[in-house]
Amino acid sequence: MTDTLTLSSVSKSFGGFRALDTVDFVARAGEVHALLGENGAGKSTLMNIACGLYAPDEGHVAIDGKTVRISGARDAAARGIGMVHQHFKLVPAFSVLENIMLFNPGRSPAEVAGKAQDLARQMGFEISLSDKAGTLGVAEQQRIEILKVLVAGARIIILDEPTAVLSPEEGRMLMGLVRKLAEAGSAVILVTHKLHEALHHSDRITVMRGGRKISETTPEGMDPASLTTLIVGEQIIEKPQLSKAVGPIEVELENVTLGGEAGRKGLVDVSFRVRRGEIYGVAGVSGNGQNELSAAIMGLSFPSSGRIGMNGLGDVSKRGPGYRRRHGLGCIPVDRYSHGLAGRISVTDNYAVNGAMAGAYGGWGFFKRGLAQAAAREAVAAYDVQGVRSLGQRAGLLSGGNAQKLVIAREFEGAPRVVLAHSPSRGLDVRAGAAVHERLRAARDRGAAVILISDDLDEIMLLSDRIGVLNSGRLTREFKAPAERGDIGAAMVSHE
Amino acid sequence: MSDFLLNWLINIPGFAAPFALAALGLIITERAGVLNLGAEGFMLVGALAGVGAMLNGSAPLLALGGSVVAGMLLGLLFAVMVASLRINHVISGLALVFFAQALVSFIASAERWNNKAIAGLEPVFLGQDVVIFAVPLLTLAVLWLLNKTRFGLSLRAVGENPGAADAAGIDVTAMRFAAIVIGAGLIGLAGGYLTVAVARIWVDTVVGGRGWIAIALVIFARWHPWRAVLGAVLFGCIEALIPRIAATGADVPRYFLQMTPYLATLGVMIWAALRGSDRWAQPAALGQHHIREERD
Ligand SMILES: Nc1ncnc2c1ncn2[C@@H]1O[C@H](COP(=O)(O)OP(=O)(O)OP(=O)(O)O)[C@@H](O)[C@H]1O
Ligand SMILES: [Mg+2]
Repeated sequence: MTDTLTLSSVSKSFGGFRALDTVDFVARAGEVHALLGENGAGKSTLMNIACGLYAPDEGHVAIDGKTVRISGARDAAARGIGMVHQHFKLVPAFSVLENIMLFNPGRSPAEVAGKAQDLARQMGFEISLSDKAGTLGVAEQQRIEILKVLVAGARIIILDEPTAVLSPEEGRMLMGLVRKLAEAGSAVILVTHKLHEALHHSDRITVMRGGRKISETTPEGMDPASLTTLIVGEQIIEKPQLSKAVGPIEVELENVTLGGEAGRKGLVDVSFRVRRGEIYGVAGVSGNGQNELSAAIMGLSFPSSGRIGMNGLGDVSKRGPGYRRRHGLGCIPVDRYSHGLAGRISVTDNYAVNGAMAGAYGGWGFFKRGLAQAAAREAVAAYDVQGVRSLGQRAGLLSGGNAQKLVIAREFEGAPRVVLAHSPSRGLDVRAGAAVHERLRAARDRGAAVILISDDLDEIMLLSDRIGVLNSGRLTREFKAPAERGDIGAAMVSHE
Repeated sequence: MSDFLLNWLINIPGFAAPFALAALGLIITERAGVLNLGAEGFMLVGALAGVGAMLNGSAPLLALGGSVVAGMLLGLLFAVMVASLRINHVISGLALVFFAQALVSFIASAERWNNKAIAGLEPVFLGQDVVIFAVPLLTLAVLWLLNKTRFGLSLRAVGENPGAADAAGIDVTAMRFAAIVIGAGLIGLAGGYLTVAVARIWVDTVVGGRGWIAIALVIFARWHPWRAVLGAVLFGCIEALIPRIAATGADVPRYFLQMTPYLATLGVMIWAALRGSDRWAQPAALGQHHIREERD
């Protein structure tokens, strides 16, 4: 088999921080190559070098055995390299066709449209080329991204955490697609945190840690435990632990109804109660009202009818997020970039906003930066936020997973009595994911009421004391842990 | 009364044309994501270049060509500031206006161009000059450029999501450079038209805030060329009305009349904001920088 893409001794530093240290990587035609590693290990950086977006400081890139200097994305595309980025690179205001054209300059719209339709059919999905990209769901957006590079004739296809934003079903479909691409002769690189994807859907596995390549193996003879050990250097096994002491009701949703965003179902008559010392898991296939539910609880949108009661406060359904936070609500939103963090301001400032609002760092007028900084430093250490070179560094520079940890550190700082966590381990590596789960359990054990919304059924089963199933905007079933996985799964997809 | 009407109608295009040209130039620049508050400055240098050329014996159309070049030269400076050096768009635009104001006063007084009447552009048909007839054609050209060409697709992509454009292999800096310089040429032409065809004289206040109105117009038009031309005609109507009303001797305070364009601007902006349903109108990356290898 030929070595289609070879990266040799590649190094890359960002302002003195060595993100990649002499990494070798080979992708072969006809193979799916999984790239694994902790948050901040350098996976995205390595792939950005492979697709010509970043320039390596040292080392070189070869295609079909010939050393090349890739001068930019267009050059990479001309050489058959296409990358689907972790954060999509679509123009929301453009139609699907325009987005594909953008990546395929010098071709007529008719030609591009024809080719895109052909490829879509081969891959087994429907697309409407005139839809605006911004109105599509994430799974559809991702298909456009994949089509974009296929229309350009890519034969080296890089997918950076493609299933992080997909439902399990969509993820399975994508894995089927990936296999088809490899069978058609492409070299596919799959960056992922999901062990089963590497174990069941790849031909070769490379593991990175701290900017270095740790190992390259094949999935044969590997299991989740041994792979975890390779990735984080230790064994991590999570077991369910049910709550020991359940107290009085802390949060109560009663017949909450909320219109959805364009084309979505919203929430219909949702009622459930969460007690102190309890984790209430909301299971469901994503897109069934999860976003609306978390917005209603956070106070980002107000229900059109129904009430949301918080212990001692009465109905808070028409109160804004500020009020709810001051009275003990902590939130880990799903979209940490737009609701969780302000990417352009510093790590300290991002960490300190909650405390500052509560007056922890001085009253009105004075902001005791020293205090805030000390608190931020402690939190960064306690929550193992990696890649923080200085507390003044812009939060946007953190790798996806580490940004998530910073949000969690901040939200848990005031010991909230109600915690809302929406897909809190999405995009996190195994260790970070386990750490987040531990924090959620600790919050419960000190008496908080925890609401966990997640489309990862394993995560729900692992943490929840009770489980509600969200289906088409309605809470259709409730289960008490331990429950049967199959029963919950059936309730998630049933059409009653 | 019919005299009044006819007189008014004939004068509308001449007042509307500078707004339309400036708005088209602004649209090109802003669709590439560059917030351009420098319009007044580009108009000023264009206006002065037109007068200067005329006073030095050039033909009116050639003088207008000079206005375009002057606008483009100042545009180059603006492009270096915001596209290459990535200085804040708002600050750069404002600084440019102040600089242009001082520059034109200085040149005009040094060259003694103040208050000298010039011949100007002659009407060719229906009392209108060639530039008037060129405006619809230019609008079509801008529409075609933006929507039908690869250049336009890339330009809009840069204005909507420079990160995505970069990942698609588009040179973001070069696109913004081009958009600024082309746009500045059109805005310069707008200024030149003011002196060469309308005022036919230089005074330091000849542009009189029309650059700012053009900026409001673009917001009103939601960055769309035809709507901008429509808005320009609207403002042209008001401006053409002011001297006519004054001439009838009607008892309307002069300063009130002079306030009306700005009042209309405010009204239009508030109306546009209230209407606000047109979600895709404002270029999403307006005023934002893009630096590769830097996360945001
Ligand atoms: N443009 C940049 N500027 C500064 N630092 C950066 C930049 N890109 C990456 N880094 C740093 O380099 C390290 C590796 O980042 P990278 O995004 O490659 O990690 P990753 O393996 O993809 O992690 P994740 O799984 O969280 O996506 C991180 O510490 C990150 O903060
Ligand atoms: Mg990454």
